[in-house]
Amino acid sequence: MSDLIRRDPRREWIIRNRLHPQHQDMLAELGGGAQTSEWMGPHGVMRKNPHAVGFTGPNGIRRIDRSGAQQAAQAPGRSAETKDARQRITIDTPDFMVAVVPDMVGGRLSAHDRDLLGLARQLADADPSQPGAVLAVVFGEHKETAFDEAGIDRLLHVEGERFSGYLPELKVATLQGVEREIAPRYWLLPDSNLGGGELGRRLAARLGERPAAQVWQVETASDSPTGWRCTARGAAGRDDITRALPRVVLALAECADPVSETRHACDPVTLAQGLPDILGRIEDLGEVAVDPASVALAEAEFILSAGNGVKEWDSYHHAAEVLGATKGASRVAVDDGYMPRDRQVGATGTWVSARVYVAVGISGAIQHLQGIQSCDKVVAINLDEGCDMVKRADLAVIGDASAVLAALVKRVEQYRFEQQENRDAA
Amino acid sequence: MPHDVSNRAKSATPDGLNVAVLVSIGRHPLTARTRRADQDARAVEMALTLEGASVSLLHAGQHEREHEEALRGYLGMGIDSVNLIQQRPQADVVPALADALREGAPQLVLTGTRAETHEASGVLPYLLAEALGWPIITGLAAVEKVEQGMATVLQALPRGKRRRLRIRLPAIATVDTSAPAARQSAFGPAKRGALEPLDATSEVDEALAAWQVQPARKRPKRLKIVKSSSARDRFKAAAAKADGGGGQTLSDVTPEQGAEAIFKLLKEEGVLR
Repeated sequence: MSDLIRRDPRREWIIRNRLHPQHQDMLAELGGGAQTSEWMGPHGVMRKNPHAVGFTGPNGIRRIDRSGAQQAAQAPGRSAETKDARQRITIDTPDFMVAVVPDMVGGRLSAHDRDLLGLARQLADADPSQPGAVLAVVFGEHKETAFDEAGIDRLLHVEGERFSGYLPELKVATLQGVEREIAPRYWLLPDSNLGGGELGRRLAARLGERPAAQVWQVETASDSPTGWRCTARGAAGRDDITRALPRVVLALAECADPVSETRHACDPVTLAQGLPDILGRIEDLGEVAVDPASVALAEAEFILSAGNGVKEWDSYHHAAEVLGATKGASRVAVDDGYMPRDRQVGATGTWVSARVYVAVGISGAIQHLQGIQSCDKVVAINLDEGCDMVKRADLAVIGDASAVLAALVKRVEQYRFEQQENRDAA
Repeated sequence: MPHDVSNRAKSATPDGLNVAVLVSIGRHPLTARTRRADQDARAVEMALTLEGASVSLLHAGQHEREHEEALRGYLGMGIDSVNLIQQRPQADVVPALADALREGAPQLVLTGTRAETHEASGVLPYLLAEALGWPIITGLAAVEKVEQGMATVLQALPRGKRRRLRIRLPAIATVDTSAPAARQSAFGPAKRGALEPLDATSEVDEALAAWQVQPARKRPKRLKIVKSSSARDRFKAAAAKADGGGGQTLSDVTPEQGAEAIFKLLKEEGVLR
C-alpha cells in the first residue's frame, strides 16, 4: 500500500455529521472493522458499548489506554510515520580535524568508543564559526553499520590482509602517516586494555607529545593555551590532575555523552601516500588455548556455576571440562565443602563479568545475583520455576540439573565430533 | 656505575640473559604507606624465575628514608643490590633511565605497566622504547624461551586469554596484574641488601608546575536520559523496572530439548571452542 495519505472529504463530513444515515458505517470503517464504542441512539442520546473499548493486554486483561496512542493505532492511515528526526550534518571544509582511533571490539564500536566520539564532537563543534570534523581511523575488517550515527564526519578505513592480528608497530606507522597528511588538532584514543591504551601511548611517544592519560572530564578554559582543560586520574586513581588539554588524549569510558541527535556524513578518506611498509620486530604467533581452570573467576568469559541443586559432583566437573568453562559456585556449595572458597561467586566472593554464566541448581540469593550483575547472558538450570535466578536468566530450563547437564555434555561431544569429522574431510 | 654492574653480571653468566627491571616506589591503596609497587614487584618476580638470567634492578629517584624502605622491599625478594639513579624531586627520569639502559645494555627490560604515585600515565616504558629504538610489548605473562636474539613470550589479553609473540631482543616488556604474584619480601635479605647510589644529571620536568593535583573527586554517575518528545514515553522509561526479565523459560521439556536450547545459546555467543 502506498504511504500517501488519501483524504476523502465526503467521508470525513459524514463522520462529523452524526445524523447522517451512513454515519455508523463510516465510523466502523474508521475503526478498522472494530466495533464502535460510541454512537448516537435513536432519541439523540449518546450510547456506549464498554465492551468495545480498549484492547486485550499481554496477560489477557483488558486495557484501556487513554493517552491517545491506542486510538492513533486504531485509525489506519493516520499512524505517525517513524521518520528519522535527527539532523543530517555535512562539514565540507573543516577548519581542523579531531582524530579518533576506536577500539572496535568484535568489529563494532563499543560504548567506550561512542563516548570518545561524543568527546571528539564536543571539541570539533565548540566554535560554530570554525567547525571541525571528526576523523575515525579504523583498522582491519569491521561489522559496524552506524558510523554516521556515532558522529563521524570522515572515515579512514585501513584494510587489507596485513592488518589482522597484533600489529602495534604497523598501526603506529599508519597513524604517523595520518599525522603527516591530515595533521589532526587532537588525537583521541580510548584508555582501555583492549589495545587503545597501548596504541595511544605508542603514538604519543612517536609524535613526541606528552599525552594526558585516564582523562575523564574535558571542559573549556579561557586561561589554557588550547582553550580546553582536562581532568585526569593520576597515582593509581587517588589523584585528579587538572591541566591544559594536550594533543594526544587517552580518555576513560563515560568521558562525554555519545552523539544521539545528529547524523554525520561519514565520508571515506584515503591516504595519498598509501600504507607504510615496515619490518615488524614483533611477530604475532596467534592466540594460545588456555586451561579454563587457570583463568581467574573475575575475568572468565564462560562460567559454569554450581549450587545446592547439584547432587552428582563428578558429572558437574566433567561437564565443565567438556564445555571448556571456568568453574564457579554458590556460597552453599562452598560451605558444604564441594568447591574451594576462591570459586565462590557473589557479594562475599568474586564479582564476575562473564559473557555467559550458566547457573546449575542455584536459586539466586540476592548476594549471588549481585555478583553476576555484569554478566551478559545468564542461563539457569533449576527445578524451581519461581526462583529468582530463573527470573534473572535469559534462558531458564526447568528440570533436573544432572539430567540436563548430561544431555548438554552429550550434545557438545556430538558437536565436537562433527567438527572433527569436517576438519578431517577438509 | 651501571656499566660495572652489568659487566659483572655478564662475566658471571656468559650465556645467560641479562635482565634489567625498572622499579618504582609504590603506595598501598588503603593505608597510603610506601611499599614496593605491586606491578614492579611482579616484574621482579618474573625476572627471578627466568632460567639463567642475571637480574639487575634500576630505580630513578631520591635517596630518602621513606623510599629506602620501599626499595628494600624489592631487595627482600632475593636481590643483592638496587642501582639508585639519583634524581631531584619532580625530575624527568626518562633521559637518565635511557642513558643507564644504554650503558648497561640489558637484553630484556621489565617494568610495571603503570606507577602508583604521581602522574602514573604509564607512558615511561614507551618513551624509553622510543629513545632506545627497542620494541616494546605490554602485558607480559610468561617468557617461554630465548634463543638467537629472539624471545618467545606469552602476552596476557583481557578475559584471561593469552597470545604468543616473538620479539627481537633487546626489548622492553611491561607487566600487569595478570602476571604471577610476587613472592614475599623477607626481612633479613632486605636489611642486608645494598642500595648503590649513582649520580646522574637530572632534568626538572617543568610542565608539572602548571598542573593542579588534588585528591580524586568521585566521578558523577551517568544518568539514563531518555530523549523522547512524548511525556508518556519518558514516564514509562523512568518508571520501568531495571530488570524487566524478558527471559525465556522452558518448563515441561525433556532434558534433551533443554540441552539443545542451551547449546544453541552457547554457540551463538561463541563460547564453545
